[in-house]
Amino acid sequence: MSATHSVDTAHGTGLKLSWAAADSWTMTRRELAHWARQPVQVVVGLVFPVMMLLMFSYLIGGGQGIEGDFKSYLVPGMLTMTMAFGLEATMLSVTQDLGKGVIDRFRSMPMNSGAVLVGRSVADMLQSAVGLTVMIAIGYAIGWRWHHGFASFLGAVGLLLLLRFAMLWIGIHLAMVAGKAELVQAVQILVWPVSFLSNAIASPESMPSWLGAIVEWNPMSATATAVRSLFGNPGAVGDSWAATHAELLAVAWPVALVAVFFPLAVKRFRDLSR
Amino acid sequence: MPDYDLAIVVEGLRKKYGDKQALDGLDLAVRAGTVQGILGPNGAGKTTVVRTMSTLLRPEEGRVEVAGIDVRTRAREVRSRIGLLGQNAAVDEELSGRQNLEMFGRLHHLGARRAGARADELLARFGLTDTGNKAIKQYSGGMRRRLDLAASLISQPEVLFLDEPTTGLDPRGRTEVWNAVRSLVGDGTTVLLTTQYLEEADQLADRITVINHGKVIAEGTADELKSKTGGDRIDVVLHDTAQLARAASLLPGEVAVDENRRMVSSSVSDRMAALTETVRALEAAGIEAEDIAVRRPTLDEVFMHLTKEVAA
Repeated sequence: MSATHSVDTAHGTGLKLSWAAADSWTMTRRELAHWARQPVQVVVGLVFPVMMLLMFSYLIGGGQGIEGDFKSYLVPGMLTMTMAFGLEATMLSVTQDLGKGVIDRFRSMPMNSGAVLVGRSVADMLQSAVGLTVMIAIGYAIGWRWHHGFASFLGAVGLLLLLRFAMLWIGIHLAMVAGKAELVQAVQILVWPVSFLSNAIASPESMPSWLGAIVEWNPMSATATAVRSLFGNPGAVGDSWAATHAELLAVAWPVALVAVFFPLAVKRFRDLSR
Repeated sequence: MPDYDLAIVVEGLRKKYGDKQALDGLDLAVRAGTVQGILGPNGAGKTTVVRTMSTLLRPEEGRVEVAGIDVRTRAREVRSRIGLLGQNAAVDEELSGRQNLEMFGRLHHLGARRAGARADELLARFGLTDTGNKAIKQYSGGMRRRLDLAASLISQPEVLFLDEPTTGLDPRGRTEVWNAVRSLVGDGTTVLLTTQYLEEADQLADRITVINHGKVIAEGTADELKSKTGGDRIDVVLHDTAQLARAASLLPGEVAVDENRRMVSSSVSDRMAALTETVRALEAAGIEAEDIAVRRPTLDEVFMHLTKEVAA
């Protein structure tokens, strides 16, 4: 072996873990550097959900004459929807990455093989946390309030980020399976009906009963309902099991989705060598 | 010095994509410290071989050892000893050249300070210091390729793979990359490069392996391969078709006559002698030539020759 080697060939688990953490951080820094070089794109990403919130609360909500109540119903729903829409952002970034030769370079290097995905997830979660902060601030500015103290507030934020984390792994997996720009477009369209098939914006009571049942079991509805209750905002009142166990489902759904899509995504990434 | 004589050993390598047998029992042995060229047309299996040797693809069947290490069972150890320049630029286009090199240095576990120092060193070596902080999107093709090459040298690899390093570059970019590769050879690095251009293999490689349909069809030094195809060729284009036969009788060796292009051509062993002799002979015979050119055999000619041989 030549003396010029810089690279670890040690087998200690501790060392391996610390390299895995270092590699993941390097990959996270790569994403942060992308933001620094494309500030406009970052701002557009933050402005879009804010625009949606303002449109729904002033144009649609106002038109229905229930502005006061509707706003306290709407804001937690829009926060949920913003987290769910993260799926397409993740899918788009991963699809773009996979189309580039740089992934080949990463895979030909002695780095931790999971670091590419971990870096992506840390960066996307950071971006979502910033996005969520902006949305909460704008919500506050237009008159929305939470009523149940700081611990409940943090619980609600935690549930929102948990939903985002589940969307992240679905997004990575879809990008690995599809890996084409056209399919990203399809998903960008499909997130709309899926979001509207939840109680994020409309109450399931206003829908036909069969549709209402679907809506109540939508993971987004569970998060929205649980978050409304933690914020002390008015929620959709239903007496189905899904509606009365929203807190449980708001944890169980994302955990189950991560449990399915995390291993699938990691396997897909490893199988790039086939 | 490395503790192995053969930097690359490939035995009976097979790989199938759907119905297509991309590699069909390929064998290869590359001595440490030499430059090995892999020559072949599109679809011959060049990229598949490189991707397998550089751990991006798992070998389906057969044995592959790089730097004395089995790529199937100890891929990560192989990765710490190789550099790869793929066909597509394997750098992050959004980041600057320096950011890229520093990132790759960190991922090679050089540590933050040494990664930064190594990035500066490589930028200087490849003449990219001035543009180091520009995003790669703004680089020219040749600059991008040089940065890509710099990235594959971060860890001072023992074995360097270059997959069609100059495809798509203009002549100037090609010369830049050739010079960079030549300067590497002195360091004792083993280089394996694939190319579609006989000239490139000729310029850079100590030995050349010609592959087609996932199999080796010829192997040897550039001179050995060229002598198999009958060496260089001389082409003489005339004004007057009527003089073709007389011109043909003046050329040495087996002469091909192409009436449509008013051209006679033949293979020659000594370029300069053949050229002067032909010019003199034509002048003495009073035949006016429109164009006379001595050229190396094209890859097509090498292939036609080699595949003819295989068929026979």
